[in-house]
Amino acid sequence: MQALLRLGDDALVLGQRLGEWCGHAPALEEDIALTNIALDLIGQAQSYLTLAGTLDEDSPKTDDELAFLRTDKEFQNLLLVEQSNGDFGDTIARQFLFDKFALLRAEHIAQQAFDLDAAAVAAKAVKEIRYHADHSSKWILRLGDGTQESHSRIQQSLNNFWEFTGEMFAADEVDIAGAASGLLPDLSTMKVKWDSYINEILEKATLVRPEDGLMQTGGRKGVHTDELGIMLTEMQVLQRTHPGASW
Amino acid sequence: MSDNKSNWPLWEVFVRSRQGLGHKHVGSLHACDAEMAIGNARDVYTRRQEGVSIWVVPADSITASSPSDSEALFDPANDKVYRHPTFYVLPDEVNHM
Repeated sequence: MQALLRLGDDALVLGQRLGEWCGHAPALEEDIALTNIALDLIGQAQSYLTLAGTLDEDSPKTDDELAFLRTDKEFQNLLLVEQSNGDFGDTIARQFLFDKFALLRAEHIAQQAFDLDAAAVAAKAVKEIRYHADHSSKWILRLGDGTQESHSRIQQSLNNFWEFTGEMFAADEVDIAGAASGLLPDLSTMKVKWDSYINEILEKATLVRPEDGLMQTGGRKGVHTDELGIMLTEMQVLQRTHPGASW
Repeated sequence: MSDNKSNWPLWEVFVRSRQGLGHKHVGSLHACDAEMAIGNARDVYTRRQEGVSIWVVPADSITASSPSDSEALFDPANDKVYRHPTFYVLPDEVNHM
C-alpha cells in the first residue's frame, strides 16, 4: 500500500504543480503541452490512489479521500515534485530530473507479476511518461544549447534542484520490501540507468552535471518542505470547505 | 532560438485521421523547430484521438494562390460541364457505372 501511495502522490503533486501553468505558460502551445502532461499525471495518480485505498483493509479509502483529505504529513511524494514552478526553465528542469526516474520505475512495474492491477496502470503510464521525457529532454537541449541567457538560467535551475535528486534513489524499508516482492525496481540498478541518461542529455545540451552535495530527504516519511502545505491548501480548499462536494 | 515567442516560426499542421485517409489540414501553430512543431501539434490537435499521423510544414514553404487571381484560375471551369462524367448519357446496356 505504501508503495502505491508513493506512486500516486508523486504523480498527483507534480500534476497539480503543472496544472498551475494553465493560462500562464510562455506560449499557447506550451500551455497545452504542460497541462496535457498534468492531466496524464493526475490520471495516473487517480489509478494508483484507487488501488492504494482499497488495500487499506481497516478503513478503505477512495482516491478522492486520499487526495483531498490528507495533511501534508500524510503525503509521501518526493520533495522534488512539490517544489514550486519557478520560471519555465525551473519547471522543465524539475520535470527532466523526474521523468526518467518515473519512466524506469513504471517500466519495471508494468513488467512485474506481483501486483497485476498496478502493472496495468503502469503499462498505460509508460506510454505517457515516454512522451513527458521526450518533451522535457528536448527542452533541456534547446535551453542548454540555446542562447547564453537560456544556457545559464537552465544550468542554475538544475543546480537548484539537484539536492532533491538523491531522495529518488535513497532506498528505505518500503523500497527494499517492494523490490523483494518484485513490485518495485531495485533503486541502485535504476540509478545507473538514470545517471547515464541524465549525463547524455546534459552533455548534448552543453550543460554541466551538478556536483552531488548534501541531499534533501524526508518526503517519503511525510517530512516536507513548506511548498507542499501551501500547494495542498489551494488544492484541497473545496473539499475542506464543502465536505463531500461532488460534481 | 529566440526568447521572444512571437518570433517562433509558424507551422501548418496536417493530420491523418485514420489509416487509408489522406492528411488533412487542421490548423497552424508556433514552434521553434520541427520536432517541437510535431510535439505541439500532437498536444494541440490530437488530444481527442483525432489522428494517427502528423505532418508539419513551415508556413512560409507554402505557396498559396492569390484571391485576386481566382477569376483567371477558376472561372474558366464554370462552363465546361462536359468535364463531369454526369454530362454523358450512357447507353442502357452499360450497367453499374
